[in-house]
Amino acid sequence: MTACRLKSILESLIFISEEPMSLDRLCSILQEYDRDLIRTCILQLQAEYDNPERGIFLAEVAKRYQFRTREENGGYVRRLVKTKTSRFSQSALETLAITAYRQPITRAEIEYLRGVDSGGVIKTLLEKKLIKILGKKDIPGRPLIYGTTRYFLEMFSLRDLKSLPTLREIEDLVVEGTYEQQEELPLEGILQTTTDETSTLTGDKG
Amino acid sequence: MDLNLSEDYIDSSDRYDVSYKVRLEKFEGPLDLLLYLIKKSELDIYDVPIAIITKQYLEYIKLLKELNLEIAGDFLVMASTLIQIKSSMLLPSRYEENPDEEGEDPRAELIRRLVEYSRYKEAALRLNDQKLLGRELFARSFVSKELQSDTLMSSEPLELDLFALIEAFRGILIKTPHESFHEVSAESISIAERINEILSLLQEKELLDFAELFENCADRDYLVATFLAILELCKLRLIRVRQQEQYGSIWIRPAVVETSDRHEQEDKGDSL
Repeated sequence: MTACRLKSILESLIFISEEPMSLDRLCSILQEYDRDLIRTCILQLQAEYDNPERGIFLAEVAKRYQFRTREENGGYVRRLVKTKTSRFSQSALETLAITAYRQPITRAEIEYLRGVDSGGVIKTLLEKKLIKILGKKDIPGRPLIYGTTRYFLEMFSLRDLKSLPTLREIEDLVVEGTYEQQEELPLEGILQTTTDETSTLTGDKG
Repeated sequence: MDLNLSEDYIDSSDRYDVSYKVRLEKFEGPLDLLLYLIKKSELDIYDVPIAIITKQYLEYIKLLKELNLEIAGDFLVMASTLIQIKSSMLLPSRYEENPDEEGEDPRAELIRRLVEYSRYKEAALRLNDQKLLGRELFARSFVSKELQSDTLMSSEPLELDLFALIEAFRGILIKTPHESFHEVSAESISIAERINEILSLLQEKELLDFAELFENCADRDYLVATFLAILELCKLRLIRVRQQEQYGSIWIRPAVVETSDRHEQEDKGDSL
């Protein structure tokens, strides 16, 4: 009984929320309910919406929940929503991919990997809030380091950075890089700071 | 060399125009071009024959020059890198003699970059295959006032800038039809008269709607006079023009000259 009630409450909250809703946020609103129960109910809701006869589904993006329209209906929704559809140039996609897989990364490193000047495209991506400045690298010149934002995950329908498509494994070419080798992605850490910073920036309503 | 030249008419309307545009396959950069050349000739990326690839690369650059296309500096840097690698491979090097010992293949760095670049190029393609918000998927965007954050809903009236005022006036002018037939003797109104009228209106009402001042008159001269009168009053600091919210009505109220009263006036303004 409570579970049914809770499911309906969750549906309302996620529906009305302006931004994707995190489990933490839902739990803080629904303190009288158990966290595990909330999680279970969200999964149930997701399963219920996972129905080709419905026009919306409950997406999990950046570890948050949001109702989104079904892919099949995209063409019809675009007729209604007259805003520009998101399109990315090859250079924007390359830069985004490199930033996503190699963050934290400096502009020089991005340019080394791409072989072209990337100042302009980095600026555009910053403006679009798909990447952000994470800080400065502790090397001479203290260059800025970039990483992807939570919005990037939302935009590309990714649950977290780990759910990025895996890079095709290519045998390592032994020789050391001429630029400082990056450590492997500390995925959890980055996502955490990413979400934290973004939520403080946007000022979580409440 | 096959360069994937494709013909593109400049414009469908210019169908009979003999001139046409030649489009070269677009390369993101020198690495992209090299990858293309390698794939085209079915070369092994891990053992790139540097002489062949350098030749093809330089031919491409030459073609770009012939077509009077701007060549990005990055392409030229790569050209010099290729030539440098080629020349160092011609020199008898330690690498040739004892490949197991120190000294690496001069191509190593370039190959590593190419391989790495191809990985990210593919990653970029895969990224583009994701279901994109705003392309395949959509979420509700909220504009309802209830959900707007407090900062956006500030009750503080916005002090209008001149531009917003002019914009509002333009809106009014557009609504007024251009009627200029049978002009006998234009009953002209001076700005000074209009100023006095507005001031007396303000004495009655304390608060005037900007748009209201322009109502019931189709005469453009009159409208312009009214607008100039408002501007003049602003300049003389006799009125204050405020807007409660963006795109909301513009309100005109008397400004109080005496400094003692200003604070009181300010408070009133805020609680509008």
